[in-house]
Amino acid sequence: MNIPDELYYTENHEWGKVEDGLMRVGITDYAQSELGDIVFVDLARKGTSVSKGDSLGTVESVKAVSEVYSPVDGEIVEVNEALENSPELVNHDCYEGAWMVVLKMDDPSQASKLMDSQSYEDYLKAEA
Amino acid sequence: MPGREDVARFPEIREPLLNTVSAFGKNKRIVPEPFDVSGVTDLSGAEEMPAIPDVSEVETVRHFTRLSRLNYGIDHGMYPLGSCTMKYNPKIAEAAAASLQSIHPADRNAMSPVLKYLNLLQKYLGDICGMDAVSLWPAAGAHGELTGMMVISRALQVRGETRGKVLIPDTAHGTNPASCVIGGFGTVNVPSGEEGFLTASILKEHLDGDVAALMITNPNTLGIFEREIREIADLLHENGSYLYMDGANLNAILGVARPGDMGVDCMHVNLHKTFGTPHGGGGPGSGPVLVKKELAPYLPLPVIDEDESGLFTLEYDRPLSIGMVHSCLGNVSVCIKALAYILSLGPHALPEVAKAACLNANYLKKKLSGLFELPYDTPTLHEFVLSDKKQKDDGVTALDIAKSLVDSGFHPPTVYFPLVVHGALMIEPTETEPLQELDRFVSAMEEIAGQSTYDPGNLHNAPHTSPVARVDETAAARNLILSWP
Repeated sequence: MNIPDELYYTENHEWGKVEDGLMRVGITDYAQSELGDIVFVDLARKGTSVSKGDSLGTVESVKAVSEVYSPVDGEIVEVNEALENSPELVNHDCYEGAWMVVLKMDDPSQASKLMDSQSYEDYLKAEA
Repeated sequence: MPGREDVARFPEIREPLLNTVSAFGKNKRIVPEPFDVSGVTDLSGAEEMPAIPDVSEVETVRHFTRLSRLNYGIDHGMYPLGSCTMKYNPKIAEAAAASLQSIHPADRNAMSPVLKYLNLLQKYLGDICGMDAVSLWPAAGAHGELTGMMVISRALQVRGETRGKVLIPDTAHGTNPASCVIGGFGTVNVPSGEEGFLTASILKEHLDGDVAALMITNPNTLGIFEREIREIADLLHENGSYLYMDGANLNAILGVARPGDMGVDCMHVNLHKTFGTPHGGGGPGSGPVLVKKELAPYLPLPVIDEDESGLFTLEYDRPLSIGMVHSCLGNVSVCIKALAYILSLGPHALPEVAKAACLNANYLKKKLSGLFELPYDTPTLHEFVLSDKKQKDDGVTALDIAKSLVDSGFHPPTVYFPLVVHGALMIEPTETEPLQELDRFVSAMEEIAGQSTYDPGNLHNAPHTSPVARVDETAAARNLILSWP
């Protein structure tokens, strides 16, 4: 299971990468492998304000439709439009090409309250 | 494309569309001239005549008979599709509905007895569920949910309140959030407790002045009875919120416990699940909505009324109603079949349906829980959920297990739902399966559990005996072809 060191993680299997008060968000390798082949990604619009735990969109696989939840409070400033036509990117490249949105964080200190890679790894073990 | 071998075993795979075998004059049946053509739309000037195939009767019958050989239904064998209650549909109900088919809905006198029967069904459903008023018009379960949400929305409006959200437990049905959103509400997902049911203390954390309702399925999709339902109802009512119950799993408690007594304000039932009418391509559904007295004025139009002379009529003068939700009278023939089902069982046999459904499910659960993981060991009613956890180490998934069951002559159970269980297999045998069929299912599952250790490859390629082999679901979902041919 690929769990990059430099990212933050949520209990719902989203990852967040902090870049200058912005957070790039996607779903983890564990999430994509559990979901199976992704066939559709539907993301919220640019400019939407979200609170931590609000939906950033939905990811549909052959098994189920799942929500992607925001790890922090903020505003969506960028949306990965490539996923609309290439949802399979989520399966092949979940940490790079298949980022979903970029959030402008209301409170950048919220990021440090998320799990680091070690805690997420422990969390996955406990879940299994 | 099907291979040669498949075509040899199942020539029906190549069955052409009727349009392609159509030729002028093949239909030798003489269509009588209408005796009075005044007022009938003249089609001779239309730019294009409707493309009705010109085929003989025998060709038509053979076409559909051949196609039916590719199908699988409850009349073939067990159909343990969890939460769908695929019970056997008694043929006597078909006969009852057929007897009323020639009545024209505009003929008031002829329709009076039909309305009388519909009224009787409303009364029986109300009695069975402990609810005060019923509308039979919604055409399916999700349509019933939407109607219920519209009723609640109207009630809030009349109260002069604006409430924006509906709480939905994570063991709810997939249609629930969609119905709430279309009904104008936002939804909040509420986690169920560790034992697989919603607790009053979890609910309390989510209650505030913006909560319009809780939409709960009882028993839930894990087959577990929501044992804190009374406390949950009280908390909601103190908060000015409504309790909506999705009645999809009513089969588990039919005639034994009444949602109305649990504090439910509004609910729907699925006639095509609990009341033995056809389901899943076999016929339209029907999702009547039931409410307590307080919500009755908002039910859909029209309302069945009985005048002084005993004639049943339709009443449209209900200013607070949400309006019509279906043309004419919903799916009337389905309602008549459900009434026939209720009458054929009567008040003493109805509870036996629920008891036998629970017994059958628990028999299978007991037999299978050693071979497959049972994620929640809380007692269950009419259905239960296993997971593929034990088989996963050998690379065998819930999907492989489901597909392999096809080779044993069973419809697969519901898979990957509910989402609270990874690799879920949701099994609901229903009360109509005989013991021999349950045992045959157990044997098939035992064989699959064995094969997953010594020959997992065989399971990955299942089914091997069906007309169409394993389809590529990913390709099908990514490359939609929405028209045929």
